[in-house]
Amino acid sequence: MSALLFALLVWLAAWALNVWLAGSPVAKTRFGKALVPLIFGATLLVLWEGLVRGLGIAPVILPAPSAIAAKIATSLPMLWQDFAQTILKGAIPGFLIGSGAAFLTAVAIDRSPFLQRGLLPIGNFVAALPIVGLAPILVMWFGFGWESKAAVVVVMVFFPMLVNIVAGLQASERMQRDLMATWGASYLQTLVKLRLPAALPFVFNGLKIASTLALIGAIVAEFFGSPTFGMGFRISTEVGRLGLDMVWAEIAVAALAGSLLYGIVALIERWMTFWHPSQRH
Amino acid sequence: MSLRQTVLPILTILAGIIVLWYLAAVWMNSTWIYDQAERAGTTVSFAEMVPQTMSLDRPLLPPPHQVGAELWKGLFGQAVTSKRSLVYHGFVTFKGTMMGFGLGIIAGVLLAMAIVRFRVMDMSVMPWAIISQTVPIVALAPMIITLSSQLGLSDRDVPKAIIAAYLSFFPVLVSMVKGLRAPDQMQLDLLKTYGAGEAATFLKLRLPASMPYFFASLKVAVAASLVGTIVGELPTGAIEGLGARMLIGSQFGEPLIMWAALFAAAILAGLLIVAVGIVERLARKRMGVPA
Repeated sequence: MSALLFALLVWLAAWALNVWLAGSPVAKTRFGKALVPLIFGATLLVLWEGLVRGLGIAPVILPAPSAIAAKIATSLPMLWQDFAQTILKGAIPGFLIGSGAAFLTAVAIDRSPFLQRGLLPIGNFVAALPIVGLAPILVMWFGFGWESKAAVVVVMVFFPMLVNIVAGLQASERMQRDLMATWGASYLQTLVKLRLPAALPFVFNGLKIASTLALIGAIVAEFFGSPTFGMGFRISTEVGRLGLDMVWAEIAVAALAGSLLYGIVALIERWMTFWHPSQRH
Repeated sequence: MSLRQTVLPILTILAGIIVLWYLAAVWMNSTWIYDQAERAGTTVSFAEMVPQTMSLDRPLLPPPHQVGAELWKGLFGQAVTSKRSLVYHGFVTFKGTMMGFGLGIIAGVLLAMAIVRFRVMDMSVMPWAIISQTVPIVALAPMIITLSSQLGLSDRDVPKAIIAAYLSFFPVLVSMVKGLRAPDQMQLDLLKTYGAGEAATFLKLRLPASMPYFFASLKVAVAASLVGTIVGELPTGAIEGLGARMLIGSQFGEPLIMWAALFAAAILAGLLIVAVGIVERLARKRMGVPA
């Protein structure tokens, strides 16, 4: 019980510290902006640890963060193998192929307003569908290896990307396009020098959505058949054996991979669309 | 824009998709037919092969009319209470979706209110809300299900709703934070000159101002909630719901069941989005927004 009380005290103290920090001039600095959420996240872990220890919760229900960390430390090779299979071979190639295909499709139908008017509503609708449901079918087609996982990811990211890129290609203003015309720019020059750069904020918006979808697709596809490693495989088998510390270790890896992928996209966005108002702060 | 300019392109694309689908079905199913013929020691000509690809029991890719027939059989071919009826499974999924959707809206709106009101909430919770969405929920899904069964909840509604809510709260949260902050300083100042307190400012200015944002997010949220529910039905042997139908089709090697369940899910998604659109239009009319 004392562990729980201690954790609650730490939580309250940290919350008070955060309230004070948020009101102080520190909050305006970059350091303060990073510090406050970090403190909040750390106290969540302390509270979790205290809850598990104080109430004596069985590890088959909820393992303590310290137990999960210990599990991560002892099973690094296995985690790396799963990570390589699911993220490096399944999610990332699928993400690149799907986004690339969507980009090419969007540029290909760019000169036909007719096709765009037809494809946009359909793309919007398909983007809202539960495409993960295709996972069992694609696993049946492409086998248990990483190819089927990449295929699921390709289908999942294609439509959200397509809709965003087509919308982005229409984002340049009439005035800007007229200016290009007065300079005698060809279609290709206008595309490369004006409309593609103007589409970038939309493209990155789509890429951010796609980066989380990619992980979902790669992991779900493994529930329908995989080699004897991979994050989805490990999670479903360890849940069956009640090895919840291993499940949480995989979740931690998944969270890290997801945040990392999102972070990389956001970083490239900041670097490539530095001119956009949303990046100037 | 005239009807011709909006509907004709969509129909053209749809027709193109169906043609491509038939071609793909012939191409993908032909291998099996050629193999069968070779095993039987006979040969099939191209003209004989094509009709055969249209009516296999377990096609690699069922042609559209086979999927349509299976879907029709599932939707209208039996009593709605039958375990083989897609209406029944669709209703189970719909129930889960609505529970998760409701939970997601409540969580999203409450969090947004706290974030807009308290600076410390904005600084400490908002980054974690964003990070929460980069965690693939499907990694958590099997665990949420076993966890809830160990806590004595034998029924799968609660874990499904939690997974659906986890996916659907985020769009609501982001839009509501934007919406509740939409009133500009002039409007806030005006309310201050009227002597309005914090509660009155919230109810009479911030909340009405956030409504367009709220409804825009609902369409995304309801689709996300459906995805969450189906994912919640996929792992660890569920028996009810469209996701479970897909799993059953996959485990017993019955592609037609999978495809029919997939299209039933697509129809459900379409209905949900239309329903949200209607609610939005009614609410806008009620609030006096010109359409």
